Amino acid sequence: MGVIVPGNSSPVPALSAGRSTVEGYDPKLHDPFFDGVSQQLADKGFITAAADDLITWARTGSLMWMTFGLACCAVEMMQASMPRYDLERYGFAPRASPRQSDVMIVAGTLTNKMAPALRKVYDQMPEPRYVISMGSCANGGGYYYYSYSVVRGCDRVVPVDIYVPGCPPTAEALVYGVLQLQKKIRRTGTIER
Amino acid sequence: MSEALELLGQDIVARAPGVLGHSVAFGELTIVARAASVIDTLTFLRDDAACRFHQLIDLTGVDYPERAARFDVVYHLLSLVKNHRIRLKVSTDEDTPVPSVTPVFPVADWFEREAFDMYGIFFDGHPDLRRILTDYGFHGHPLRKDFPMTGYVEVRYDDELKRVVYEPVKITEFRAFDFLSPWEGAKYALPGDEKAQ
Repeated sequence: MGVIVPGNSSPVPALSAGRSTVEGYDPKLHDPFFDGVSQQLADKGFITAAADDLITWARTGSLMWMTFGLACCAVEMMQASMPRYDLERYGFAPRASPRQSDVMIVAGTLTNKMAPALRKVYDQMPEPRYVISMGSCANGGGYYYYSYSVVRGCDRVVPVDIYVPGCPPTAEALVYGVLQLQKKIRRTGTIER
Repeated sequence: MSEALELLGQDIVARAPGVLGHSVAFGELTIVARAASVIDTLTFLRDDAACRFHQLIDLTGVDYPERAARFDVVYHLLSLVKNHRIRLKVSTDEDTPVPSVTPVFPVADWFEREAFDMYGIFFDGHPDLRRILTDYGFHGHPLRKDFPMTGYVEVRYDDELKRVVYEPVKITEFRAFDFLSPWEGAKYALPGDEKAQ
């Protein structure tokens, strides 16, 4: 850390120690201000973090989600972002555009007619991207498993990270799913994906 | 209420063009008419001073596969002036078109498209008769009784082609979820059943 000179004995004025062109600058003498900061840090120890942790921290803290409400599950999705459950306190903010979002919540029945549109929207999302499948219909067809017009699970069209069960899942269940997604990102997150 | 409906029905049968008969059931009046003259019938029901059915509430189809003329087209009308509701039925088969009632009720446009999409009923003179609900390039008419419940195709995303592809339906197993239905051969006996034998 270097030698700490106590008191105001230094001839160099505060905040000017870095200027080597200043007359009378002596690199052996230390600026008492920076010495004070250094002392405070030395008292509290160093702050270090793995790059992965920092990246996953940043990622989990600002998961912008894209609203893809398809059916009644969308109402619960709205509830989850309304003041009672307030998903934005996790930095989980709704975005209207797939190009600005990290997470897509597939909330509701995915029909055959909608499937190409869903995939198109998913393809527009930037990496890293995650998908939360919300509700029985999106998870595996659910009530409409034998229907002629419904995709039997949205994982046939997009890769799904988190499945939230329920018909429809409560807003709490969706919040839990979001926390699980954050946990998953923390566990598996790397720079590349 | 039923007497008033009965009188209204008799009046309509007596005066309206193309009407074959009427019946009152569950407090509702049903008129049966000829398909070929349905425009005249509906115009009468809309404009006649005793009827004033100004609103077409619904237009849909019904499939009776055992009949030769297998489809019914059902028109539900509401008269806000007289506070009456009425149901008009005409029957047709797979090939004979029913005259489109869009000149009488413009709202029938999408209703008739839906009936065409779901049942394959043709409407003569419709401005834009194409599918409205089912998938693009859909094959068949799903609300017909002979349409298989699971349809013919299912979709998935193909990683090589990088697009959503259609494939024949693979599921063949159907589960019976109603384990306690007495019509499915449930083996439970209720107290007192032995007396019936």
